[in-house]
Formats: sequence, C-alpha cells, structure tokens
Amino acid sequence: MMRAWLTQHAFVFFHTLKRLIATPVTSLLSITVMGIALSLPTGIYVLMENLQSLSGQAASTPQMSLFLQQDAQQNDFNRVKQRLQEESRIVSFQFISKEVALKQLQQDSGLADVMAGLTRNPLPDAFIVHLEHNSSDALEQLRAEMQSWPEVAHVQFDSEWIERLNALLQLGRAVILMLATLLSVAIIAIMFNTIRLQILTKRDEIEISKLIGATDSFIHRPFLYFGTIQGLAGGIAAWLIVALFISALNEELGVLAGLYEVDIHLQHLSLQDSLSLQLFSAWLGWLGARISVANHLWQIEPR
Amino acid sequence: MIVFKNVSKRYPDGYVALNNVDLTVPAGEMVFLTGHSGAGKSTLLKLIAALERPTSGTISISGQNIAQLKPAAIPYLRRKIGFVFQDHKLLFDRNAFENVLLPLQIGNFDSKTVASRVRAALDKVGLLKKEKAMPVALSGGERQRLCIARAVVHRPSILIADEPTGNLDVEYARDIMTMFTSFNQVGVTVLIATHDASLLEDTQHRILSLKQGKLAA
Repeated sequence: MMRAWLTQHAFVFFHTLKRLIATPVTSLLSITVMGIALSLPTGIYVLMENLQSLSGQAASTPQMSLFLQQDAQQNDFNRVKQRLQEESRIVSFQFISKEVALKQLQQDSGLADVMAGLTRNPLPDAFIVHLEHNSSDALEQLRAEMQSWPEVAHVQFDSEWIERLNALLQLGRAVILMLATLLSVAIIAIMFNTIRLQILTKRDEIEISKLIGATDSFIHRPFLYFGTIQGLAGGIAAWLIVALFISALNEELGVLAGLYEVDIHLQHLSLQDSLSLQLFSAWLGWLGARISVANHLWQIEPR
Repeated sequence: MIVFKNVSKRYPDGYVALNNVDLTVPAGEMVFLTGHSGAGKSTLLKLIAALERPTSGTISISGQNIAQLKPAAIPYLRRKIGFVFQDHKLLFDRNAFENVLLPLQIGNFDSKTVASRVRAALDKVGLLKKEKAMPVALSGGERQRLCIARAVVHRPSILIADEPTGNLDVEYARDIMTMFTSFNQVGVTVLIATHDASLLEDTQHRILSLKQGKLAA
C-alpha cells in the first residue's frame, strides 16, 4: 500500500513535469513572471544585506573624533586628556598625533603621491573617543560640550552615518515587507488563474476519475503538484535573475572600487536564505493551486 | 446483492424518473433492464453507483445503505462497481493502455501487478494489440470494448452497462454480450440496460422492464 502510494506520487510528479515541458512557452512565461515578481523584493533584500554587512564592519559603538587646534601645545593636550579621563560617559580614548595620522593616510589611501608633494603636515592632533551607547540626544549634548572646550577645533560624530544607515535599512525592511506581501498575493492570483484554466481543460478527466471512484485528494494532487513545481521554478528563476544583476553590478563596482583602491563587492543570498526563498515560492505556488482547486473542483460533479 | 426498497427519484424540475421501485438482484446474477428511453433505466443504474441520490427509499449494496453514504465514502463504493457508459467516457489524450490503467491508479493498486492486469483486461476484450492506440484511432466497437476493459480491470463485484450495444451492428453487439456473460460466469453481478430487443430474444437471464418509472412484471 505504501509503495503504491509512493508510486502514485512519483507518477503524478513526472506527469506534471511532462505537462510543463509539453507547453514550454506557456510554462517559461509563467515561471518568468513569477521569477521577476519574486526577484524585486529579493534583490532589495540582497542590497540591504550587503549594506548591513558594510555597516557591521565599521565601529559598532558610538565614536567621536576630537580635532585639536592646529597650534595646540603639550599643555593643551594634557588638559583635554584630563577632562576626557574625568568624563564618565567615555569608555576609552586614544591619541593620534598629526604625524601618525599623516602616515596612516599615506598607507591607507591611494593619495601617497599627493601627500609627498605637501610641504607641511595639514593634519591636526586628534583624540578618538569611544562612548557608551546612549540616545542620540545625549550623544549630541556631549558633542556640544566637548566642542565648547577652547583647545578643541572640531568634534566629529564618526558613527552618525551608521545610525542614519540603520534608520534607512529599517525603512528598507518595511518596503521589502510591503513589496513581498503585494507580490506574493499577485503570485497566488496568477497561480489561481493558471490552475482554473487547467481545471477547465481537464474537466473530462476530472469527471471520469470521479465516476470511477477517485477521491478528492487523488483529483487535487496533480494540480497541487503543478502549483508547487511551478512555484519552485519561479523561486529558482528569481534567484538567477538576482545573481545576474549582482554579477553585472559587481563589474561596475569593481571599476568604482578600483578608483578608490578599496575592495567592495556584493554577495548573493546565503545558502539558508536561498533555500528559504525556494521553499517560500513553492509554498506560494501550492497555496494558489490549493485555493483554486477548492474553488473550482466541487463544481465538476459527474451526472 | 443489490436491494431497492420503495425507491423514488424526482428531479428538481418535477420530473419523476422512478416511482416506488422495489428490486432485488442477488450477488452473481445477470439481469437485463429494458424500457423506452426516458423510462428511468439510466437513473436506476446511476443510483446504484451513487451518481444520483434517491428522493426517497433505501438502496443497499452488499448490506450497505448507499442513500445515506457520506460524500467521502462514495469513491470507495464506486470502486466496487465497473461502469460501462453509454458515451464511453474515454480520455482522448491517453492511449488505450493508460485509459485502462486509470481505475488501478485511482484504487492505489500495487505497481508491480498493474501492467499485467491492464494487459489481461485488454486481452479479454480483444484489444491487446492496440494498447498503444489513442481512442481517436479506434472504431466505435473498439471504443466500447475499451470502456468494458476499463470497467473490469479492477475486478469489481458489480458490472453495470448502460446501452452497451447502442450504435453497434449485430455482430459487434453479440460479441459484447458474450463478454458480459463470461464476466457473469466468474461471479460478477451484471446489470445491463438496453432497448435493443434483439439482444433479449434468446437470453435465459431475468429481464426487468421499466415503464414510466415503475417496474412491470
């Protein structure tokens, strides 16, 4: 009995594949439509994941740079250092002299040639200050306080852009959620209609099967398989479309990154996310087919 | 055994197809059902396979009251019955073999035996050499025989045929009656509805005649 059941499922599976292959243009079009629909939210998700990992590489704790006046002397430095030590909201700090800063700049960026042409060091002495996590208001207050010290020329909030990025990413997530919801509904609707048309063309088969003792699940099975397989194929198509975009973007990024002498390239979905995408789209196909089958099959009763 | 008790069937438009029919067909019997078209022959056969529900009365098949069968149980009733349809109801996108295979797929038969079962059924109706043929390529008589093969492949205990010799010439009709007799000889209960008087001339089997929804003696 178990083997007969498995044979039956295998038969339906291959029969469904045959049906998909028998109408290659229709199948490819439906799969492409599903692929494009899914590739939109997936593509945005991939971009965001990449931005996220970029911001993850940067400092995760709030950080400020204090630039001293160009003409700061040793006792100016000492006073600032002492105040920093007294400030409880500061976790740690480090001093970077203008000489060290210049050397670092020469090593890190491709501006070595330009640097060599300079007659004097244009960089100020600086403190890099690591702060406790705090509300942006509190951090802003601290920034203003330090800015008012006479030895300090400028205080720069280094991690500000990370916060902005995170806020943007948050927005992006909301956009993805909305897009994914809308397009999922669209995919379910497409599948609903595809299955409806199939049920119409298979009316005889359904009626005859019912006449000779087919259960509802026997009759539903080929349509559910069709929906699931086509959903899965749509998911794979979406993955490939995103892969295509990434490789095209990476080429452009490669040129850009080369100019700035940094290494940036986009990563595709992780293995886990890729599997989730396939499962989700297969489920969408199944769901569309399931709803369609529930709505249309009861209308076909043998008489 | 098939037992009808006070069975009436009235259609929603008010037409009464069967009126208080009492009928008993013991297991293993072969019975003919005659009457003009519209006398209720098809309705009676459809009631047995639960293709229609009676308006009143009880119908029992091997002790099971099918008038009260739950919809989910109906497929299992139909699997006990082989139905030869007036209009064949073959699938035109499947070849002869696959058409006969359908009841076995539906009944979840073991995959190892299905091919030999299908061929045995095709052999019984003389279509073994045409197993790859599509129904369009078969003659009317061959389609009828294919329909019979499909009706018996899952070895039902009851075989029902609605006008099985409808548009066939005498030669073919006689062949088909011989087939039904041979199924009956191996213990299958056979019910045949026909208006073809020539089939009934030299039969020793019981003949039930329906007139305006009532059974005549």
